[in-house]
Amino acid sequence: MRVKEHPILSSLDRIPVVEIIVDGIAVPAREGESIAAALMALGRLKLRHTHKTSSPRGVFCGIGRCTDCVMTVDGQTNVRTCVTPVRAGMIVETQNKPDKGE
Amino acid sequence: MRQADIIIVGAGPAGLSAAVEAGRLGAQVVVVDENAKPGGQLFKQIHKFFGSREHLAGIRGFDIGQELLAQAQPCAQIKLNSTVYAIYPDKQVALIADGVHQETIRAKKVILAAGASENVLAFPGSTLPGVMSAGAVQTMMNVYQVLPAEEILMIGSGNVGLIVSYQIVQAGGKVNALLEAAPRIGGYGVHAAKISRAGIPILTRHTVQKVLGEEHVEGAIVVQLDDNVQPVPGSERMIACGAIAIAVGLTPLTELAHLAGCQLTFISRLGGMLPVHDDNMETTVPGIYAAGDLTGVEEASSAMEEGRLAGIAAAEALGYIDAGAAAKRKAQVWERLHMLRSGDFGSYRRQMKEEVIEKGRIFHAI
Ligand SMILES: Cc1cc2nc3c(=O)[nH]c(=O)nc-3n(C[C@H](O)[C@H](O)[C@H](O)COP(=O)(O)OP(=O)(O)OC[C@H]3O[C@@H](n4cnc5c(N)ncnc54)[C@H](O)[C@@H]3O)c2cc1C
Ligand code: FES
Repeated sequence: MRVKEHPILSSLDRIPVVEIIVDGIAVPAREGESIAAALMALGRLKLRHTHKTSSPRGVFCGIGRCTDCVMTVDGQTNVRTCVTPVRAGMIVETQNKPDKGE
Repeated sequence: MRQADIIIVGAGPAGLSAAVEAGRLGAQVVVVDENAKPGGQLFKQIHKFFGSREHLAGIRGFDIGQELLAQAQPCAQIKLNSTVYAIYPDKQVALIADGVHQETIRAKKVILAAGASENVLAFPGSTLPGVMSAGAVQTMMNVYQVLPAEEILMIGSGNVGLIVSYQIVQAGGKVNALLEAAPRIGGYGVHAAKISRAGIPILTRHTVQKVLGEEHVEGAIVVQLDDNVQPVPGSERMIACGAIAIAVGLTPLTELAHLAGCQLTFISRLGGMLPVHDDNMETTVPGIYAAGDLTGVEEASSAMEEGRLAGIAAAEALGYIDAGAAAKRKAQVWERLHMLRSGDFGSYRRQMKEEVIEKGRIFHAI
């Protein structure tokens, strides 16, 4: 959920929008924000499933320590999306999808 | 191998203040931080700081960050996106620079200012997406202007829990309740009054029993606690929410100090394990200093003063300032630190810090 109006922070309007591809779908993101922030702005909290039990995980610490937020980014697995900024055209994929039975 | 007079780990208020002091005295300083932006915790803080005028009270956290950064940039090299992962003997500092290249820099002095990380609280459903640290919520809404959900439940009534709750309301979100297990509110009265005025119910003696939801948070069952902190049967009730923020304290990030062989001590009210140090902020390993939340979780203002002490002391040890001049400067810093560590909330911190420093003095005297 985007914060539209804020009494202290300036408007986001001046920040350019870039497109990233998340699980095959093009979605908008603001230049410079983390991948996790871009997904959260779209209302997506679940970022991955755990390997063994397929339980859902999302951002917990937000500072790159807990690894709950990892996704596959441009083919690289286990990228911490809370500390990795978006880039136009970036390909982001959910890891350990439950339907793969991993 | 690359050399530096002083390597500072962490570009938060403590690290940047150390860099300003040592750099201005002529030392060649490298500050390393794993974030893309310097400033540590300051950049997510949009509220006006509390404390005295000398300590920038009334100024917003991110403005303090900008100011510190402007002072540090001319006198130090600030390496961002770079994580220090080890400190080997002879003060060889190993890092992954720019997220990819391994690099080792040999320093004459090292200042550790890595800050603290938030504590976790475990309860059924606490791993569900939407359960987040209050700091993560703060970063999302104040740095990226994104709210995890419209309705949020906050756990913990210390200053962090109170301030972040208020900031959620400022960002246009709603805090359905703030839970506190203790019988009393933990943080400053002014912050608590502000959030009560904002219409947020503060439920003391309450905790989360479990989180509702399959794929993400949809609500929580909260329960009242009795005098023995046990759930009161029949007091369970449902609170709907899309996210749960946890603000139950911070723990110093002591891994590097531990790796470097610094002696640690346990002081619960300062956040747990922390490195023993003396009046110069020097740890038990000669030439390795520590400052800020890493040496006990306090505030940005005290972190800055501790950073200054470490910066002056390290520059003094390298001969950039004579002992007399250094002693005078350090005395001024100590005076301000004592001021910060006074009053209802501050004096116990002073007492705890004095215990740590006494241990450090004894160590250096042997
Ligand atoms: C909600 C909230 C409100 C607050 N309000 C106030 C207030 O009103 N007044 C006040 O005085 N204080 C306030 N504080 C406290 C203040 O923000 C902290 O005490 C202060 O930031 C601590 O400074 P520091 O430099 O020790 O650590 P930090 O600011 O945490 O900085 C540490 C830095 O080190 C980096 N780092 C850590 N490990 C490594 C590594 N291995 N390699 C490279 N870099 C690393 C981190 O990325 C970080 O940038 C508040 C805190 C919070 C959470
Ligand atoms: S949320 Fe903890 S590492 Fe990203």
